[in-house]
Amino acid sequence: MSDRELIDRIERASGLDGKANPGAALRRFADRAQEEGLLDVAYAMADSPLGELLVAATDRGVVRVAYIDEHVGREEVLEDLARRVSPRVLEAPARLDDARRQLDDYFGGRRAEFDLPVDLSLVAPFTDRVLTRTAAIPPGQVLTYGEVAAEIGHARAARAVGNALGSNPIPIVVPCHRVVRSGGGLGGYTGGTHRKEHLLRLERGDAALR
Amino acid sequence: MALPPFQTFLDRHAAELMRFLVALTGPDEAEDCFQETCLAALRAYPSLPPDSNLRAWAFTIARHKAIDASRARGRRPFPVAEAPEHGVSDASDERDAWAPLRALPAKQCAAVFLRVAAELPHREVAHVLDCSEEAARRSAHEGLKRLREEMT
Repeated sequence: MSDRELIDRIERASGLDGKANPGAALRRFADRAQEEGLLDVAYAMADSPLGELLVAATDRGVVRVAYIDEHVGREEVLEDLARRVSPRVLEAPARLDDARRQLDDYFGGRRAEFDLPVDLSLVAPFTDRVLTRTAAIPPGQVLTYGEVAAEIGHARAARAVGNALGSNPIPIVVPCHRVVRSGGGLGGYTGGTHRKEHLLRLERGDAALR
Repeated sequence: MALPPFQTFLDRHAAELMRFLVALTGPDEAEDCFQETCLAALRAYPSLPPDSNLRAWAFTIARHKAIDASRARGRRPFPVAEAPEHGVSDASDERDAWAPLRALPAKQCAAVFLRVAAELPHREVAHVLDCSEEAARRSAHEGLKRLREEMT
């Protein structure tokens, strides 16, 4: 009998092949991490009509919403958060309860605007200004890239505005989908224009989406 | 190469850390030790060098928490086994899975688990046990010898 077989036999002796399940212990651990101020980034997964979403928050507010699909994986988003915010990233849905409920209500047509603190510490000052202005566009309305540029005092920076919106770490909640091209074009969108179109139709009250 | 998100670290290592702690401390204390291990790990995590051996590091913390628990147990007026209000832990259905291993001297127990169940090289076992590679090798060898005598 090899050493390995010996150990396997010991583990099997009580009918459980070493599958100590830390599931409940891990949930309690997330609560304790929060209590002790060690939960720098909490995240949770959420379902939506646009596919799976990853929602993450610091203690200051929602720091990331990401579309998870065949192009962008969960691990990639978490690694980015670990690098740019803190490696103390934990799945801890409690902190995201409110955000997930509001997203549900939004996609269900029961809520038009989000009432959530956001943490824009990931973005550069120019992007911050673009996103702050964008966040003030009412649901159902749109501005063009050029209009947003003019309103923040950079009339000729429409392209830079487009880039800034493209790097929006909190899509949906910060409604970068409400900025479109002049002349009727939809413009680009993180996660693809089909999602942008869906969000704009939802906000215009397209009943077919509910 | 940056540190992985802590959740990724947990996804990879939580189950084997729990097993290690059940092996060292028994199912009653393993969960508390697991909590303490994870908290200590999370606290120290951001200051780790990115190329750290996370697995050996985590086993080291777990072993220290198991030692702390056994010291605390030594100070208690009654043995832990007489405290049923401790409740049902996740590990309860493998109550004595590791009992023969746990009956070994603590260092041999840890050495056998790390070497055979976790398949760490002797060098890393030595690192976790804070001893020489030769001493780690000897502990694993002695532990296995005793287990073999009892099991066969």
